[in-house]
Amino acid sequence: MDFRKIEENFFKVLMIFSTLIIFASLFWILIIVAIKGIPAMNLAMITQAPKGGFYLGKEGGILNAIIGSLLVASGSTLLALILSLPIVLYINVYLTKKSRLAMFTRFSLDVLWGIPSIVYGAFGFSIMLFFGLRASLLGGIITVALLIIPIMSRAMDEVMQMVPIELISASYSLGANRLETALKVVARQALPGVLTAVLIAFGRGIGDAASVIFTAGYTDSISFSLFRPVATLPLAIFYQLGTPFPEVQARAHASSLILTIIIMLISIASRYLTKKFKSFVVK
Amino acid sequence: MDLKRTIREKIATSIMLVFTGLSCVLLFVMIFALYFRSRPILFIKPIQDLLFGTVWAPSRGEFGFFPFIIGTLWVTLVSVAIAVPLCLLSSIYLSEYAGARIREWTKTPIDLLAGLPSVVYGVWGLLVVVPVIKDYIAPLFGSFSTGYCVLAAGIVLAIMIFPVIIHISVEVMGYVPREIREASLALGATRWQTVKYVIIRKALPGIIAGFMLGLSRAFGETMAVLMVAGNVPRIPKSVFQPVYTLPALIANNYGEMLSIPLYDSALLLASFILLLVVLIFNIISRLFLSRIERSIR
Repeated sequence: MDFRKIEENFFKVLMIFSTLIIFASLFWILIIVAIKGIPAMNLAMITQAPKGGFYLGKEGGILNAIIGSLLVASGSTLLALILSLPIVLYINVYLTKKSRLAMFTRFSLDVLWGIPSIVYGAFGFSIMLFFGLRASLLGGIITVALLIIPIMSRAMDEVMQMVPIELISASYSLGANRLETALKVVARQALPGVLTAVLIAFGRGIGDAASVIFTAGYTDSISFSLFRPVATLPLAIFYQLGTPFPEVQARAHASSLILTIIIMLISIASRYLTKKFKSFVVK
Repeated sequence: MDLKRTIREKIATSIMLVFTGLSCVLLFVMIFALYFRSRPILFIKPIQDLLFGTVWAPSRGEFGFFPFIIGTLWVTLVSVAIAVPLCLLSSIYLSEYAGARIREWTKTPIDLLAGLPSVVYGVWGLLVVVPVIKDYIAPLFGSFSTGYCVLAAGIVLAIMIFPVIIHISVEVMGYVPREIREASLALGATRWQTVKYVIIRKALPGIIAGFMLGLSRAFGETMAVLMVAGNVPRIPKSVFQPVYTLPALIANNYGEMLSIPLYDSALLLASFILLLVVLIFNIISRLFLSRIERSIR
């Protein structure tokens, strides 16, 4: 038999095998999270805050962390959207493709994307000390917003770059100025992409622990105040796993199932919305 | 009426310009802030004592980062060693062998893998990787391990960086022009030979950039490593020994850091080091990638 054919088949098997390992690892993680999480799941988990002795295995749930995480993630997503939409519109409508500033902005957003969240946490913490802020919902929102701005802006930028130049020219020739073109034509044309970007950023914000450990703190009570610490889901999982009691650890497993379900729902929602809003796009 | 539009346009333009400018300087602000906050310790201790000192005893005023730096390198290298061959083979498969339908189907799981929070990876590591290493893998090599070790962290990290590497590798292999592929096949090369002699060579800078982005992701990953690495500030002698990484050090000690002098400064120095290392890897790989992108346009 031909050596080349043996080599071809050998590597093909190896490649399929590697691909299977990679996808199997995802399903392995999901299955373990489900198997360990479901038995410990109960209604109290999602309807109650921790009661006295919660970390010793007594009653309560993680409603404080669910609410806290949703507050941090939605606050920071909103803040990040307010800050990144002008950036993205500016580099796509006001600047040309070859503009130095546009290229540099994209480059620095890409680099910011790669910075670990613990560094954002340390940076956010330094800023908070500078302004005399304590660990609070506000601190968490600002830090997570900084973390997700690069993700959100680059995701929106990708779709805005696809907006055909003819469409923009048509808008100008009808007498619209650049702001009107940006808001009424480019932003609307890119709406599905903007929604996806928002949801990706939200998912990242809800799942990140290292950036909120310094900045949002932790509390066992349900708090809506901007200036008080809030609990977050990833940290709730982490702290519950840190106790030596099996009941509390089992609840940590249930909490990670809740977090995973939230992430999956966001992912499904983004796919669905993208499809739905595609119909508003001029092709 | 027209004046109002013009004024609105002017105001909006300046606001947008300011935000864009801010996003460009954020990186420099971060570098400066972390440097500024780590200055107190840099003034007192010589930098080589901090970087190469092996004793970590904050209460006695000894801050040797060497075990943490080496620990972070160990964990990162193990994860890259596991991820690189698997991701390379899988990317080649997805880009060159798989049909359009399989490629479309595989996008969702890869996105999901990228979207899973690191705590969930940590939980999986605790439930699966740690016991498996303790009960099966370590005894197989004739050594004892609690399971909380370099290898556990490396395996968990490898899975976390799969999506980064695959995403970029598949993309840059897609940039290789179809004519080159067809020319190679027309000359009688097999598919694998085309991959080996043409595609890999053509896409190599991009693939390396992908590896480097994965590496820097692993270098800075915090929670998952914190949960499975054991966190003992000693230089590990084998992959079955516990390890303490820089990000884990920062995350684990924030509670007590304000009560011991210089402790907060030392931890911010750790994040400053982390930022610089990750920055270097990111800048190099992004330069690679933007050059590739420009060459195909």
